[in-house]
Amino acid sequence: MNQQGVRWTAEQVLDLAPDAASRRAGSRLGTAGPWSETGGSGAGAVWGLCKGSGSRPYATVVDTSGPAYKCSCPSRKFPCKHALGLLLLWAGDEGTVPEAAAPGWAEEWLAGRRTRERRQEDRAADGGQSPRTADPVAARRRAERRAARITAGAAELEQRLTDLLRGGLAAAERSGYGPWEETAARMVDAQAPGLAARVRELGAIPGSGQGWPVRLLEESALVHLLDRAWLGMDRLPDSLAATVRTRVGLTAPAEGPAVRDDWLVLAQYDSADARLTTRRIWLYGRRTGRTALLLSFGAAGRAPQLALPPGLMIDAEIVPHAGAGQLRAELREQFGAPVPIEAPPPGGSTEDALAAYGTALGDDPWLDSWPVTLTDVIPVPSDDGWQLADARRPQALPIAPTAPSRAGLWRLVALSGGGPVTVFGECGHRGFAPLAAWSAGSPETVTLT
Amino acid sequence: MSGTTPASYWDELVTSALLGTDRRTPPADVAPRGVDAPSALLDAAAVHTVRRRAGLRPATARPRPEPAPPDDRRELPEPARRRLAVLLADRAAPAGSGGRRGTAPDLTELLPQWLAAANDRGYRAPASALPALLDAARARTDLRAPALRFAGPRGIWLAGLNAEWKFALRGTSAGTALPAPEDREAVRRLWEEGLFAERVALLGSVRAHDPAAGAALLAETWPTERAEDRLMFLDSLRTGLSDADEPFLDRALSDRSRNVRATAAELLSALPGSALAGRMAARAAGCVSLDRTAAVATIAVEAPHECDAGMERDGVVPTAPSGRGERSWWLGQLVEATPLATWPGRLGGRTPEEIVALPVADDWGDELHAAWCRAAVRQHDPEWARALLGAPSQPPATGPGTSSLAERAKLLATLRTEVRAEWVAGFISAHGLSEAFQLLGVCAVPWAEPLGRAVVDALDIARDAGSYPWSFSGVMGLAERCLDPAEASRLELLTATPDEAEGASPGAGSYWSEAFRRLVSTLRLRAEMHAELSS
Repeated sequence: MNQQGVRWTAEQVLDLAPDAASRRAGSRLGTAGPWSETGGSGAGAVWGLCKGSGSRPYATVVDTSGPAYKCSCPSRKFPCKHALGLLLLWAGDEGTVPEAAAPGWAEEWLAGRRTRERRQEDRAADGGQSPRTADPVAARRRAERRAARITAGAAELEQRLTDLLRGGLAAAERSGYGPWEETAARMVDAQAPGLAARVRELGAIPGSGQGWPVRLLEESALVHLLDRAWLGMDRLPDSLAATVRTRVGLTAPAEGPAVRDDWLVLAQYDSADARLTTRRIWLYGRRTGRTALLLSFGAAGRAPQLALPPGLMIDAEIVPHAGAGQLRAELREQFGAPVPIEAPPPGGSTEDALAAYGTALGDDPWLDSWPVTLTDVIPVPSDDGWQLADARRPQALPIAPTAPSRAGLWRLVALSGGGPVTVFGECGHRGFAPLAAWSAGSPETVTLT
Repeated sequence: MSGTTPASYWDELVTSALLGTDRRTPPADVAPRGVDAPSALLDAAAVHTVRRRAGLRPATARPRPEPAPPDDRRELPEPARRRLAVLLADRAAPAGSGGRRGTAPDLTELLPQWLAAANDRGYRAPASALPALLDAARARTDLRAPALRFAGPRGIWLAGLNAEWKFALRGTSAGTALPAPEDREAVRRLWEEGLFAERVALLGSVRAHDPAAGAALLAETWPTERAEDRLMFLDSLRTGLSDADEPFLDRALSDRSRNVRATAAELLSALPGSALAGRMAARAAGCVSLDRTAAVATIAVEAPHECDAGMERDGVVPTAPSGRGERSWWLGQLVEATPLATWPGRLGGRTPEEIVALPVADDWGDELHAAWCRAAVRQHDPEWARALLGAPSQPPATGPGTSSLAERAKLLATLRTEVRAEWVAGFISAHGLSEAFQLLGVCAVPWAEPLGRAVVDALDIARDAGSYPWSFSGVMGLAERCLDPAEASRLELLTATPDEAEGASPGAGSYWSEAFRRLVSTLRLRAEMHAELSS
C-alpha cells in the first residue's frame, strides 16, 4: 500500500460511471495526454487539469474517501467524464499522479469539505439534535396528521381490494392499468409511498405472462396483509410495527446503535423508474457477520451521490434503521482508506439460502428476497434460463428473471468455467439474483451487475 | 383445512379470486357465514403465500455442463488487465470516421494491437473479460481471429453455451483438436470423416510437417470430392507451395472443372521449375524478343495469333473480356505465367532494372510491364518488384511498371520490410500523403524510422499549407496505430497551436494542434500498453 491508500482498479472506477456514454468518454480521458498538474494527497484526494476543446482546461478534484467530485466543466453527469478519466489515470499508473501538495484551486474545495465534515461531527457530538425537530409538539402533531391520512388511505385501498376480489381478477385484466394508476395516485395523496409503489406493481401483473392470476392473488393478499397490519398497528409488537411503518412508507430514521466493522462492499447497482434512480449497495461486516444495505437516490437520469466500488473493504461505522428484519443502514464515518477484500464472505448451500429467506420472512412477510452468499455452486443451463447448482448435492436455485444484467450472468458463467464458484446475491421467491462472484482461490470480486 | 390438500385448496382460492367471490364462493372453511368473503379470501391467500415462500425448497439440479478445458497460459499482469478492461469498455463507441475527434486516443483502434501483443507473449484472458471479448469479436470480424485466440479454450467453451457467440465455434474445433501429423491412423480417420473446415486444417498441418504426405492424402480422395471442395483444397495449397506439389497439380490440369484447371495452372506457373512454367516460357519467348535492328536496343513484341488447345490446357483463358484485344489478352497471360528468370537470358543478359528501362516497340510497353508486375507478385520476386516500382520519386503516372496504387501495394508486399518502408518513405517525401494511404497499409508496424519521419514531415507540410486535418484523417488514424511510439517526443513540438497563416483555412491551426495531441497521446498510450504487457 502506498501513501494514497489503495488505488482502485479500472473496473471499480468504471462502475462509478452514471451511464455507458460517460464510461466511454471517461475511459478515453484516462491517459496522460490531456492532463496536467495532476497530483494526489495522502488523505485520498486526487486532482488535475484536463485540456478540453476550449482554451481553459477543466479543473477536476476527487475526494476518493467519499467519493466526492468537483469539476469546472458544465456537464450535468455525475461524476463527469473528467472525474472518471482522472480516477482511471490515478488507478492505472502511479507515475502520472504523483504525491503533492494540493494547488490552490483544489485545496479550496477540499478545505470546504473538511469544514463541512467537522461541522457535522460537532453537531453529532452535541447530541444529534437536528434543527428540524426543534419543536417536539409541532412535530408530533404533524406525525399524527400524516398517520391519520395513511389510515384513511389504507382503508380505501382495502375497499378497493375487496371490490377486486368480489368482481374477480379476470375482470381486472379487462379494465387495464388505468384504475391501478388512479389508486396509486390516491395513495401518494395519502402520503403512503410504500402502498403506492405496491399498487403500481399490482397494476403491472395482469396479463404479464403465464400464471399471472396466481401472482396477482399473492401480491394482492400481501397488500391486504399490510393494510390490516397498519390498521391494527396498536396490537403489534414494537419491532413488527416498525417494519410495517417502513413498508407503508414512513421511513424510520437511522438511529440504532452505530456498528463499526470492516465492511466488505459486495455489490452496487442502480434501478431507475420515471422519477427516481435508486442505488443499492450491499455491505458485509467481517467481524459482526452482519449484512447491511445502503440506499441512495438520485433524480431520474442522474446517478446517486453515494458510490462504493465493490471489491473493497472499508473500516466504517454504519447506523441501522429501525424495524425487524430491516437491513437498511446509513453510512456514517469512515476510518482510513479502503483496502481490497481478502476473501469472499462465508456462505452456505442453496438449501441454507432458502432457509435464511424463510426465517427472514418471519420478521418481515413482505420481503421479496434476502441477501445470501452461496459457496461452491456451479451455473447450469436449464430449459428456461440458468440455475445455480450445489457442487456436491443435486440441488439448485433458479436464477431469477429479475437478475440485474445479462452481461453479469455471462461473466458468472465464464468465471465458473463449469467449476464451483462463490456467489453473493439476493435469494427470494422469484429465484436467485447473482450480484458478485469469486472464483476458487482468488479474492478478486467479479461484479455481476 | 379439513381434509383438502394444500395444492387443491390453493387452486380453489385462485379460481374463486379469478371469477370473483360473487360468482364463486370460496370454500366454506375459508369464509364462514357472516364473514366478508373477499376479505376472508385475502386473509387465507396471505397466509398461504407467506407459508409457501417461507417453505421454498431447492429445485432438482439439471445436468452440469462439461467443465471448460484447462488453459495453461500465464496470467496477465495487473496493469495489463486494467488496460484490457478500459479498451473493452470503449468498444461500443461509434467508429471515428473523419471529422473532429478531440484529443483523446481512439481506444477501439488499439484493441487489435493489444490482442496481438498479448497473444505473442502467451497470456491467458481473464475469465471475467471473456463475455466482453466475445461480444467485441462478434461485432468486428477483423478482431475475431486474435480475440478468439486470446479467449482460448474457455472462450470457445463459453461460446458453446450462448447462441449469440455461435460464430466462435465455426472452424475452431479443427484448431483445437487436430491429431498429430505423424499419427497416420487418426489423420486418415479425420480426413475421411471430418467436416470440411477440419479437413482443410488437417491438410495444412500435414503439409507443414511432410509435403509429400499431404499430396498423397489429397490424391487419395481427389476423384470423389465435389468440385467446389476440390477448388478450396487446391486453393489451400498456396501456403507452402513447393516443387513436391507439381505432380499432383499437373494431374489437376485435366480436371473436370474449369475453375480447378485454371487454379492448378496458376499454382504451377508460380513454381518456376515446373514443366508448365517451362512451356509458358517457351511460348512467351517466341513473342517477346530484342529488336537488334533498331538504333537503340528495343523490345519487339509479336503477340500470339491464336490460343491453341495446349495453351488452353495450361490455363490460358481464350475469350478476352469485352474491350480488350484477343491477342494482347493472350500475351498478358503468357508473360504472367512465365518464370521471370527467363528474361535476362532472353534479353541480352540485362538485369531486371535494365530490362524494365528498355523501350518497347509499337506501344506494347504498358501491356508487357503490367504482365511482369502480375508475374512478380505471383512469383514473389522482390528483385523484379523493386525494378518495376521504379524510383519512388518518379510521378506515379510515368512509372515503369504500373500506375495503379493497388498493384504497387502488391509489389511492395513482396519486398523486405526495410526496403518497403524506405520506398514508401521516398514516395511520401516526393508526392505527399494524398495517395499514400494504400501503400502505408502494407508497411510493417511499427513503421521503420525513415518512414515514420517522412509521414510526420508530410503532415507538418500539410499543416503549413493551411488545409484542415480531416483531409488526412485516414493517414492520421494509421499513424496513431503504426508510428513508432519513440516518435512521440519529436511530435510534441507540433502540438502547439500555430499563428493563423495568410490564406489558411480558418481555425485549421487549432484543429491540427488537436490532431497532433491525439497522435502524441495515442503513441504514449501504445508505449504504456506494450510496457504493461512486458512486465
